[in-house]
Amino acid sequence: MAKLTIPAEEGVCPGNLGCPGCGANLVMRYLLKALGNDVILSVPACCWAVIPGYYPNSSLKVATIFSAFEATGASISGLRAAFDVRGKKDVTIVGFAGDGGTADIGLQALSGAAERGTDAIYVMYDNEAYMNTGVQRSSSTPEGAWTTTTPGGKKQLWKRGEKKNMMEIMVAHHIPYAASVSVGFPEDFVRKLQAAKREKGLRFIHAFSPCPPGWRHDPSKTVEIAKLAVETHIFPLFEVRHGKYILTKKGAGLPVEEYLRRQGRFSHLTAEEVKAIQKKVEVNWELLNRTASVMTDELY
Amino acid sequence: MRKVMTGDHAAAYAARLSRVQVVPAYPITPQTAIVEKLSSFVANGELSARMIDVESEHTAMAACISAATAGARTFTATSSQGLALMHEMLFWASGSRLPIVMAEVSRALAPPWSIWADHLDVIAERDTGWIQLFCESNQEVLDSIIMLYRLCEMQRVLLPAMVIMDAFILSHTLEPVQIPGQHRVDEFLPPYAPGTLLEPGSPSLFGSVAKPDEYMEFRYGMDVAMREAARLLPEVEEEYRRKLGRSYGGLLENYRCDDADVVLIANGSVVSTARQVVDQMRAEGKKVGLGKLRTLRPFPSAEVNGLIGGKAAVGVLDRSYSFGSGGALFSEIRGAAYGRSGSPRIKDYVAGIGGRDVTPEVLRGIYEDLLSGRGGESDVAWVDLAGGPLIRNAEGGG
Repeated sequence: MAKLTIPAEEGVCPGNLGCPGCGANLVMRYLLKALGNDVILSVPACCWAVIPGYYPNSSLKVATIFSAFEATGASISGLRAAFDVRGKKDVTIVGFAGDGGTADIGLQALSGAAERGTDAIYVMYDNEAYMNTGVQRSSSTPEGAWTTTTPGGKKQLWKRGEKKNMMEIMVAHHIPYAASVSVGFPEDFVRKLQAAKREKGLRFIHAFSPCPPGWRHDPSKTVEIAKLAVETHIFPLFEVRHGKYILTKKGAGLPVEEYLRRQGRFSHLTAEEVKAIQKKVEVNWELLNRTASVMTDELY
Repeated sequence: MRKVMTGDHAAAYAARLSRVQVVPAYPITPQTAIVEKLSSFVANGELSARMIDVESEHTAMAACISAATAGARTFTATSSQGLALMHEMLFWASGSRLPIVMAEVSRALAPPWSIWADHLDVIAERDTGWIQLFCESNQEVLDSIIMLYRLCEMQRVLLPAMVIMDAFILSHTLEPVQIPGQHRVDEFLPPYAPGTLLEPGSPSLFGSVAKPDEYMEFRYGMDVAMREAARLLPEVEEEYRRKLGRSYGGLLENYRCDDADVVLIANGSVVSTARQVVDQMRAEGKKVGLGKLRTLRPFPSAEVNGLIGGKAAVGVLDRSYSFGSGGALFSEIRGAAYGRSGSPRIKDYVAGIGGRDVTPEVLRGIYEDLLSGRGGESDVAWVDLAGGPLIRNAEGGG
């Protein structure tokens, strides 16, 4: 059995406002375990604008600034500049935003921060919809999913089109480091964040973050579902170091059905629709494998 | 040192003299020369600051907010569409109680496209919790930026401020400007030292959720601060005058109003033209005066009443318009005067929209209209519209 590599220190206190089984709570927990509590966190409108608690309380052990929905990329650039002029160049700045705040309304500012080479870590915790406002679709909602704005019905269809590929968008900015992580694989998560911390420039983390109320699954199944997303190749774990792709989990290649049928948001899918999703997942997995120069479960 | 320079360059020199540390900025005509000059100061090592080349004005202001929270003195500049794009973050800056100072080149909003002087961009941000100060000259731009850093960083104020200059009329017009020595500015303006600071290892939340039993007190605190700013601005100006030799008459300058029968209240660059008209008409024996409104926020209600009380008529020159109502300065001034004994008739003159020249002849026409005691069905008049009389009452509807 491998030695446990996850630091014991906690940055997130219990009793916060997260829902039972909240994946985003685990994302923050592993993030702060990996980076330590001496970071500066910048959080826009998202679930994590509420989870820390109401004024004057906080369940976070780190200095945190909140900003407007679309402003995380801007905020981390401002923070970096201020700490640099104050002679504190070693302070780690972390932008921490949801998928809506990253792939939709915050994409411009994030692209700007990447192009400017802002020395910071940007984490997108991806629960695949606007969950804080009550499950509306985002550009990161997967094809076929139910949300309150893709409700199905006689004429309306479910979410159409694939989710936006944020990893490829960020890699196209030629940033030094990008990685996908999952709360189903905490060791891999923590190691990637520690690797990100060693780099300079903008580093991007795509964190898979199941949401029991939005995905309609039992709160006790969060980790199981996160694991299945990797094992079915729906959410591959990989990193891109200075343009070099490294797959960090092969995954068992289970049928997507195993992942989809555990969530109410996919319960309406027909066998044919599931088949179509299976096909797309296989194509994407094949593409990623062709791009990757290394494929290993034993990288670290 | 005395140099001939534009209003844009005066703003850049003021930022340099204020030793700003972080400058996130995005270019927009006619503000560009401010950013260009600051970039060259930094490139030449004449200013030790971080420029952040942002991808929008929204990001410029958002970056200012985070940088100021992390303890840096921040500066930016914008105009018109850019200010409108910042709108959301303007509230964020004031609500976070950050002493950000911004040069704002007031310019018309599209459509139709217009890059010329107009105050609607500024008026539309009146309620964002920013101090708004209009300038008459390039020298006033330079001095005001330095003065406002001093004012805004006071613990009793802690609000952001915009220093406003008219597009092209100031931003691109050369005027002689006295540049104070750095050591004299340093004596006036100490380094930025915020009491509360975002620091690693110091758990704290900046801008978290406040419930209804907390939120209102934050807003009340902002109003107290804004009223403190009104009280403290003349004191800051007096200190500036002692140390650097210039002042501008507080929130509302009285120019030949004491024995005047009629008074015109105006702001921005048109004030300097109006001074000449007042002098000429005084020479002709006409008792006219001029009030120069420097701050729209805080609004100097008491000063306005002190200036206009007992006059036969008061005109307000508005370089913007609220459609279906009237000019913003007019409604502010009439609101302040309402119910006071001896409060005069107040008439709104909407002029200079979209950069239309407000000439001495136009201003004379306004004074003559005031002196004539002419009324009309409306207290709001548009001035110098094409193909009509000089003064045309607002009309339409019922």
